[in-house]
Amino acid sequence: MATPILSLRQVNKSFGPVHVLKDVNFDAYAGKVTALVGDNGAGKSTLIKCIAGIYTPETGEFLFEGNEVTIAGPRDATALGIEIVYQDLALCDNLDIVHNMFLGREEKSGVTLNESHMESLAKKTLDGLSVRTVKSIRQKVASLSGGQRQTVAIARAVLWNSKVVILDEPTAALGVAQTEQVLKLVRQLADNGLAVIVISHNLNDVFQVADNIAAMYLGTMAAQVEKKSVSPSDVVKLITTGKSEAVSGATK
Amino acid sequence: MSEQITIEKSLRDWASRVKAGQVGALPAILGLLVLCIAFSSQSSVFLTPGNFANLLTQAAAITVIAMGLVFVLLLGEIDLSAGYAAGVCGAILVIMITEMDFAWYVALPASILAGVVLGAFIGYLVAQLRIPSFVVTLATFLAFQGLLLLLVSEGGTIRIEDPTILAVQNKNLPVSASWIFFALTAGVYVLSGLWKFARRRKAGLIDNLFKFWLIKTAILVSLGGLATLALTVERSNNPDLVSLRGIPYVVPVILVLLVGATFVLTRTSFGLHLYAVGGNAEAARRAGINVKMVRISAFMICSGFAAVAGMIFVSRANSISPTTGGSSTLLYAVGAAVIGGTSLFGGKGKVSDAILGGLVVAVIDNGMALLGYPAGIKFMVTGGVLLLSASIDAFSRRGATAT
Repeated sequence: MATPILSLRQVNKSFGPVHVLKDVNFDAYAGKVTALVGDNGAGKSTLIKCIAGIYTPETGEFLFEGNEVTIAGPRDATALGIEIVYQDLALCDNLDIVHNMFLGREEKSGVTLNESHMESLAKKTLDGLSVRTVKSIRQKVASLSGGQRQTVAIARAVLWNSKVVILDEPTAALGVAQTEQVLKLVRQLADNGLAVIVISHNLNDVFQVADNIAAMYLGTMAAQVEKKSVSPSDVVKLITTGKSEAVSGATK
Repeated sequence: MSEQITIEKSLRDWASRVKAGQVGALPAILGLLVLCIAFSSQSSVFLTPGNFANLLTQAAAITVIAMGLVFVLLLGEIDLSAGYAAGVCGAILVIMITEMDFAWYVALPASILAGVVLGAFIGYLVAQLRIPSFVVTLATFLAFQGLLLLLVSEGGTIRIEDPTILAVQNKNLPVSASWIFFALTAGVYVLSGLWKFARRRKAGLIDNLFKFWLIKTAILVSLGGLATLALTVERSNNPDLVSLRGIPYVVPVILVLLVGATFVLTRTSFGLHLYAVGGNAEAARRAGINVKMVRISAFMICSGFAAVAGMIFVSRANSISPTTGGSSTLLYAVGAAVIGGTSLFGGKGKVSDAILGGLVVAVIDNGMALLGYPAGIKFMVTGGVLLLSASIDAFSRRGATAT
């Protein structure tokens, strides 16, 4: 495989006596969707929070585009081009789509907001993601459906020429049609050249959209494999027991 | 033909927004209309130029406090001490001018600065220590009342004789200046609106609200013209002795505050951050907004406005007393903001709403007094109207989240 854009080597993280991440290796590739799966408490959230700079691991290497970097806080991650879309979306219902996308990083001319510039940029980003479902990008987020809200949250993450986008359970609260719509968008992001990391409990979604699958088990990385080399039942075994004959020795 | 469609479309958009619960200022406008029709049918005095000018000066101080409160209410917080903050700042103003012989242009900024400091104190307690603003400002409500009592000394009042401060509520712009003021205001309003649409068009963004804006502007400008006309009519009972004509000075004062506050809220990133924190503080924090600073600033602005209201109180009463800004002042001001359409739940509201609401409160007060109702009935009716607008707010929230 090509060089990963993002690579974690032997990462350890503890909260007091609890050793949450044990020598975890993880890779994400530009243009690929990497699914991060694992049971509750396996350490998925801790791992992505380490990537996003919210937690700092005790030991381990962090390689970005082949260079070793240190991420001391969320701002460092953002500066590298790593964006995270949280499960609870973090949108302001009372603001419109454009303002939500630019919140905290508004375009200004002098002291005033440059509304027309922001609106054009937001429109371009949404068009680039082939989003056609929103009626007007000046409508309040409160009036959007779950899928549309997820779309806005994702568009917000890619607005800043980001290179890595992490999605935390993007389809957890969505219906069938909306899940389809969001998965299509996830695929689109990877096709646009971004490295996409998706946390998901839904193996159907994972097998539909992912290129690589990283399975965690009790704080360790059980395996990180290409999707085509495994079956859903192999992945279930990895999640529940940490082992599977199909992938033994396939990765380290 | 395509223009037909855009008008229809913008009307439809507007109708669906109303249905979705985003009623905005509509209830306040309708209420104001109903009240004015009712009072003018019952009282021959209500719709006279003299009473109109009276109404504006009666509404002024409460409206200014309400405008400041909008900043705090936008965050979903409350400032119960804004009324007494006005009293304290008014006392500082009067003491500096009357007892310490400062010029008004030194004393007024100083009193506003004092208001900002009081607000910073409240804001710090709310934002840093996360004490609920209801409790903090209940405490400062009592404390400021005490401070005012100490400054003015019990039972006493301090008179003010500074002609500039007194002019704000007691003098009018000359007739020619009134018309120039109207023309300037209308001109700036129309031009800034046109400029905004021109910029959007240059950026290649479509807009179907232009016709809507034209209608709104036409209504606003003609209302402003009518008001100016009414205010330039002689309203003195004895014109040979004293002539009473022109726009009261307090009107341009409020207009400047309105334009400034609206600019901050709608055109700057600070304004956007205020709405964001009020809508979803956690989302705002994750977006990198300094939520604490936004909270503290909102309380500072609120108390700064209260200080201006203190000046208006002093100008109207020609003095400061230990009850200035007390009794129903704060409740009327909160009522004005909420009646105008500002949500108590945060994230929704405009400064212009406070002016509408302030007018509603003043019209009830003024009209019922003209009809000879006792103060008890007046309070009960105002309370009823406030309850009505709060329920409209609550219902509209339900409508917005039900989808």
